[in-house]
Amino acid sequence: MSLFDWFAETRSRAADGHSAPLSEREIPDGLWHKCSACGGLTYIKDLNANLLVCPECGYHNQVQAPDRIAQMIDGGTWQEVDQSLESCDPLGFRDRKPYSDRLREYQAQTGLRDGVITGTGQILGQEVALAVMDFRFMGGSMGSVVGEKITRLVELATVTGRPAVVFCASGGARMQEGILSLMQMAKTSAALQRHQRIGLLYIPVLTHPTTGGVTASFAMLGDVILAEPKAMIAFTGRRVIEQTLKQKIPDNFQTAEYLLAHGFVDSVVPRQKLKQTVGMLLRLHGAKKSPPKTLVAMRSPGEGLHQDQATAGGLGLPE
Amino acid sequence: MSDRPILLEFEKPLADLESRIDQIRQLALENQVDVSDQIQQLEQRAEQLRREIFSSLGAMQRMQIARHPRRPSTLDYIQAMTEEWMELHGDRRGCDDPALIGGVARLGSHAVVIMGHQKGRDTKDNMARNFGMASPGGYRKALRLMEHADRFGMPIVTLIDTPGAYPGVAAEELGQGEAIAANLRLMFGLGVPVVCTVIGEGGSGGALGIGVGNHLMMFEHSVYTVATPEACAAILWRDAGKAAKAAEALKITATDLLHMGVIDEILPEPLGGAHRAPLEAAVSLKSGIIRQLDRLSQRTADELQADRYAKFRRMGVFMETVADV
Repeated sequence: MSLFDWFAETRSRAADGHSAPLSEREIPDGLWHKCSACGGLTYIKDLNANLLVCPECGYHNQVQAPDRIAQMIDGGTWQEVDQSLESCDPLGFRDRKPYSDRLREYQAQTGLRDGVITGTGQILGQEVALAVMDFRFMGGSMGSVVGEKITRLVELATVTGRPAVVFCASGGARMQEGILSLMQMAKTSAALQRHQRIGLLYIPVLTHPTTGGVTASFAMLGDVILAEPKAMIAFTGRRVIEQTLKQKIPDNFQTAEYLLAHGFVDSVVPRQKLKQTVGMLLRLHGAKKSPPKTLVAMRSPGEGLHQDQATAGGLGLPE
Repeated sequence: MSDRPILLEFEKPLADLESRIDQIRQLALENQVDVSDQIQQLEQRAEQLRREIFSSLGAMQRMQIARHPRRPSTLDYIQAMTEEWMELHGDRRGCDDPALIGGVARLGSHAVVIMGHQKGRDTKDNMARNFGMASPGGYRKALRLMEHADRFGMPIVTLIDTPGAYPGVAAEELGQGEAIAANLRLMFGLGVPVVCTVIGEGGSGGALGIGVGNHLMMFEHSVYTVATPEACAAILWRDAGKAAKAAEALKITATDLLHMGVIDEILPEPLGGAHRAPLEAAVSLKSGIIRQLDRLSQRTADELQADRYAKFRRMGVFMETVADV
């Protein structure tokens, strides 16, 4: 394509007002990326090599869940679990369009079934259970599927003696599932209570944005809590506070750095150092422990785990 | 006249009928006519109308009852239900939140720790109580009281009545999310019975923050929501005026939650709502709680924990296809 054709195509695309949002339309043919923070142009390949962090200003663009897994997990060690879980619109909810239609649209758009991918793998040679939320899927909202998958993952981690790492990115509860989405906060916290009680390490990594019900449950229950630079982390979002209470809000309010200063985050870690940092924390806390017998005995039927998983999952893991 | 009942929109036809009955009675008295038959008939009609209205309430109408300014509050119920009671203050971290109160009490034969969100009686009181919206200090006080209960083997009774956790700058700064999350986790580790009742408004994470129990109950006209219908309408319909529609769609009534398996029991209210006969409502609540305390006190700490885990573990609805491996 000549430079002239390229201009012509860009112009015609801009003119027909394609559905792509403005920021995306400014990325010609996926060759260049314009930073939404500093406006600097970066060659896409360079941006990808830099893990989607703007080389000019250090702005951390959102990462899609599959890419995050590739960034964090050692090659060839990833095994996804619970892939088939899907929401089934329990309330028959309809706002401006039916929830079931929305789900299908997001599934087609993202190639995901819902807002989180879970599985096991190794980080710098150490076994972990990893969940990665994807903000593209309905704003990373937590409904039954997200809650169930994270709960199952933590349970798997508990019975197999693995530490757990969860990458959070969420706009909050999935309102289309009503009270059931609220209850996912309790469910995930329950699983983490058991995981932590037997001395297993849990590290949530808070990415932009982490809000609402996720903040008020598994995002804040880490033994060590990490965050990406400038990530917005909140229970109640800034806009809601401004609208409902007309309060004046400090400039860096609810950023990762603000939470660090107020004691709710242990460290703000640039994306390029995340794997290394998590790897070090896993090493320092002992990557693997076997579950005590009492826990296996205490599980009641219908908890989604089978007795034999406790042993099967614990076998064959590299030290 | 401050003790005149505050009328909700859907109660108007009933109020009209009642005031007509009063007028007739007055006239009859002045003119020395016997109209007792007619009055009895009209009163029967009023009673029937009341039953009709209150048996077919929409979600938003129930929400109005749940938010009724005269609806009995946590402290009202504690006063009415307990034989002995002492409020305990403070989270031992520098705060004492008046929007979430608690203490030790005797409830029938049980020495318990009881806590709940506290709304105000009037505007001034509500300002002091922050409209029942608790801050991190409130949730940390609740956490401290729950640990206290666990240490002394006292069952925990929680009363839920909040529009939601306080959405303010200070609350965020002090870690509202962390405070609620810490409570959720702690409640699964408690070795004592926990009985939770939504007495009015169960608003989102602010309600759940003291809402993880072995037995969950809701008063007949209380509601429990993931977000207020107003907020939900503003976000999903981009129109806060669609609150009634959102309230229906969100399924927030006690009946809805019982059907979904989120709560275990609906506590009956006096006809017309708890504010019509607060003492009657207190009896309903007290007997409901004591029934559960009697039952749950038989269980071991391990059983209680496992029971709570299993209960919340089941919540959520999804599809799963067996992987074709």
